[in-house]
Amino acid sequence: MPKKILTFALMDAPYESANLTTAFRILDAAARRGLDINVFAYEGAAALAFTRQSPHPNPVHGKNLAEENHPTTKDQVAALLAEAAKNGGKVDWVNCGMCVDERGVNEFVPGTRRGSPADFPFIDASDNTLVIPTK
Amino acid sequence: MAKKSLNIVESPYRAVIEEQDDTILWLLAAMQGAGGEHTMVLRGNAVNYAIAGQGAPGLTVGEWKQTQAPRMDRDVADLIENRKIPVYVVEEDLAERGIASDELVSGIKLVSRRGLPRLFAEYEIVSHW
Repeated sequence: MPKKILTFALMDAPYESANLTTAFRILDAAARRGLDINVFAYEGAAALAFTRQSPHPNPVHGKNLAEENHPTTKDQVAALLAEAAKNGGKVDWVNCGMCVDERGVNEFVPGTRRGSPADFPFIDASDNTLVIPTK
Repeated sequence: MAKKSLNIVESPYRAVIEEQDDTILWLLAAMQGAGGEHTMVLRGNAVNYAIAGQGAPGLTVGEWKQTQAPRMDRDVADLIENRKIPVYVVEEDLAERGIASDELVSGIKLVSRRGLPRLFAEYEIVSHW
């Protein structure tokens, strides 16, 4: 049986909505099954793989940097790529080029790439596509 | 002297896993610590923040695991007990969602929709988040 290919279009910026938490839970499940995954990171989602994200301490929580262990989406993207590779899958994570230019987030997690809407036709070769739009 | 401020929170669970808290509850705690005089009203779907014993598992992506997942009931209790921020919940919004008052974090106050204008009148600033 041929390997399944799933495509996801993400649009929310990091730290703005629960949509990305849902997206990462689904992406993790797909990576654990060794599926091939395409991600088109559009609009605010183009910042998900930005490598200059930094965790921080949280004085309101009374926690230092290590205790807060604040999540960064760049780490989640890197973990997704590693998990897929471990299970024989691959991830083609495309950061919308114009979106990253507008936002100044043109430094990506290794293994992701700059692209454009011209890449989105990878849905043609996909078994299914899930668009998680922003609101 | 800081103006008395009433803060109505209506958009819950917006990015709480990524932030490890609710950004508005966090902001109120920080402003209270800086000398503010804040009160919070949970309305609409945000009344769910007041339910004791809740909590979502942290996010896991491959080998990466979140270790400090948010607990909104804990954060609401912190506002009441440690920050001395009064927290009200709109009782009709609880009832519409089938939430009983004995399910709530200790120290929560109930306010009816009809009682909100009277509450508003006690504050110099009313913010709707």
